[in-house]
Amino acid sequence: MTMQVMSGNYAQSYAAKLARVQVVSAYPITPQTSIVEKLADFAASGELPAQFVKVESEHSALQVCVSAAALGARTYTATSSQGLLLMHELLHWASGMRAPIVMGVVNRAVAPPWNIGADHTDTMSQRDTGWIQFYAESNQEVLDTVLEAYRLAEEPDVRLPVMVCEDAFYLSHTVEPVDVPAAGVVDGFLPPRAPLATLSPGTVARLGSFTGPDHYVEFRHHVAEAMERVPAVFADVESEYRRAVGRDHGGAVPLYRTDDADAVLVTMGTMTTTARGVVDELRALGRKVGLAKLRRFRPFPEEELRALPASAARIGVVDRSYTFGRAGPAATEVAAALYAAPHRPDLTAFYAGIGGRDVTPSEVRSMYAALLSGVAPIPQWVDLAPSEVTVDG
Amino acid sequence: MAKLTIPAEERMYPGHAACPGCGPALAMRLLLKGLGPRTVVSIPACCWTVIATPYPTTALGVAVLDNPIEATGASISGLRAAADALGWNDVQVVGFAGDGGTADIGLQSLSGMLERRTDALYVMYDNEAYMNTGVQRSGATPWGAWTTTTPVAGALRGKMESKKDVMAIVLAHRPAYAATLNPSFPEDFERKVARARGISGPRFFHIYAACPPGWKFDSSETIALGRLATDTGVFPLYEVEAGRYRITRKGGALKPVAEYFEAQGRFRHLTPEEIGRAQEEVRANWERLSRLETAV
Repeated sequence: MTMQVMSGNYAQSYAAKLARVQVVSAYPITPQTSIVEKLADFAASGELPAQFVKVESEHSALQVCVSAAALGARTYTATSSQGLLLMHELLHWASGMRAPIVMGVVNRAVAPPWNIGADHTDTMSQRDTGWIQFYAESNQEVLDTVLEAYRLAEEPDVRLPVMVCEDAFYLSHTVEPVDVPAAGVVDGFLPPRAPLATLSPGTVARLGSFTGPDHYVEFRHHVAEAMERVPAVFADVESEYRRAVGRDHGGAVPLYRTDDADAVLVTMGTMTTTARGVVDELRALGRKVGLAKLRRFRPFPEEELRALPASAARIGVVDRSYTFGRAGPAATEVAAALYAAPHRPDLTAFYAGIGGRDVTPSEVRSMYAALLSGVAPIPQWVDLAPSEVTVDG
Repeated sequence: MAKLTIPAEERMYPGHAACPGCGPALAMRLLLKGLGPRTVVSIPACCWTVIATPYPTTALGVAVLDNPIEATGASISGLRAAADALGWNDVQVVGFAGDGGTADIGLQSLSGMLERRTDALYVMYDNEAYMNTGVQRSGATPWGAWTTTTPVAGALRGKMESKKDVMAIVLAHRPAYAATLNPSFPEDFERKVARARGISGPRFFHIYAACPPGWKFDSSETIALGRLATDTGVFPLYEVEAGRYRITRKGGALKPVAEYFEAQGRFRHLTPEEIGRAQEEVRANWERLSRLETAV
């Protein structure tokens, strides 16, 4: 192992290199671009003997990966925001074709107005496309999760694509020390792809095809079953990663000081680090608060959330996006997951960090205060200044 | 009479789902005869999605990948990248797309594939409208043609815009090889397939693909209509290799285009004056091609 100081974007690039990806295809978009610039360097220098297909759009980038995966290659791409939205059609193709693509997504706001800050609207808009989704908190977690993602994606019981998401700038362009495992260690954990059903030149086969209702239902059901197997398979993958590399990131929903907690915040991505500091501070003052990080959003970790202690009667969910006409996607999912919980807690939805706005410790403190007081309005847009923006001049 | 040079092998099976007299079915059959068994064909949403028959059957004796309508160029780039990564040097990578999926919604990924010099053959089989969805006009529909979205009513005389010149667009990318093919001339067709197979780099075929229900002619007339298309100059047969144009069928004086137009219901509303306009377009195009052929 070697400690290297690198950005979240380079953590993606180094992980893809360690995974010995065979085909990379990507299109530039801020703030994703340095991921594939680094991979282009690796490919050009021969450090990574991969085919790098430079395409004319994100739609084509993902099509290149889907087609290359159909022949059995290990593939990687990365994108953000508008680029991910343009890929939407191909996201369904990837999961429907059971293509084990791993994609880095740098979470960025969606236009209009143009904004390149951290925001989860891009990936939340893709949560129903049959992709497994992870959200990273640190650059180390980015690198490790990409490696785990390839194992998970290629497991015969899964064979589904994976997004490894990281917050724009807070991770993508912020450098941290990252422990890069040795190539031999990764090779032991992640052998070359052994595809089950791919197109093979010289054989009579069709991948994709078309069907009426007589077979279509079963195709969809196969994807549903594969998704249902992910939690158990991922638990195995993570313990194998821990055995090989000596580290893991706490499963699908890492909990922090939730034992005996009265109030628990559920967070995603980088705001988790801020919240963890506030938990320590409030615990020192005797407040019974805890934290649950949604590391995996698809498949949604329902069982893990139901394992929150019965004492946690008040739960706040912090979304970095908002579903118009409904609520925050994470809040909605947590509510659905806890509907059947034996001790159904009170839920408060918070919307924070949208469009790259900073989520500060004092805001997190006020969220916990609202939960502990029991008078939180539902929902709460944090740090909202409504008078500053008007639509009618 | 010259000896027939059509390969005997068949890689398209009986029992396919094409209409009687389907030009696209002939195009696929003739194409696969010449490409060899280690061919991978990427097919977007188009008539051939259906012609190849539904799961769990297939009418094609090669490996087939489906792709969304606008992404054929990208798909064959991905297939080639994977074949290269896996060390498969003998694979023929083919995209087989309709005119809508090429001239309209797929133009971007076609351009990308040509520009990045993907070693693959992109085929546009041109039945001159969105036939699988019920005969809506495409950029490749010719001037004056009736379609369900270019009705003949009042001042509307069918499609009021000229056919997009996809070959010219492709040739602007300087492909390794590009050719027009017509199943009514199978020897010329197979010679071009063999030529394309022997060249690496981006290659493009524009295949004439008559559609009896969409063009309103009897399904027994597909071959005869195709011969008229070329012999009137409506669909000239030519190839361009390393920038050099060569017209591959010159049958003496061109027949009047009226013979071609009058054979199809989609042009039935056109007046002699309007057919005269089409005749002028065909003449100008033929002269342009002849000049290009002698230019180098």
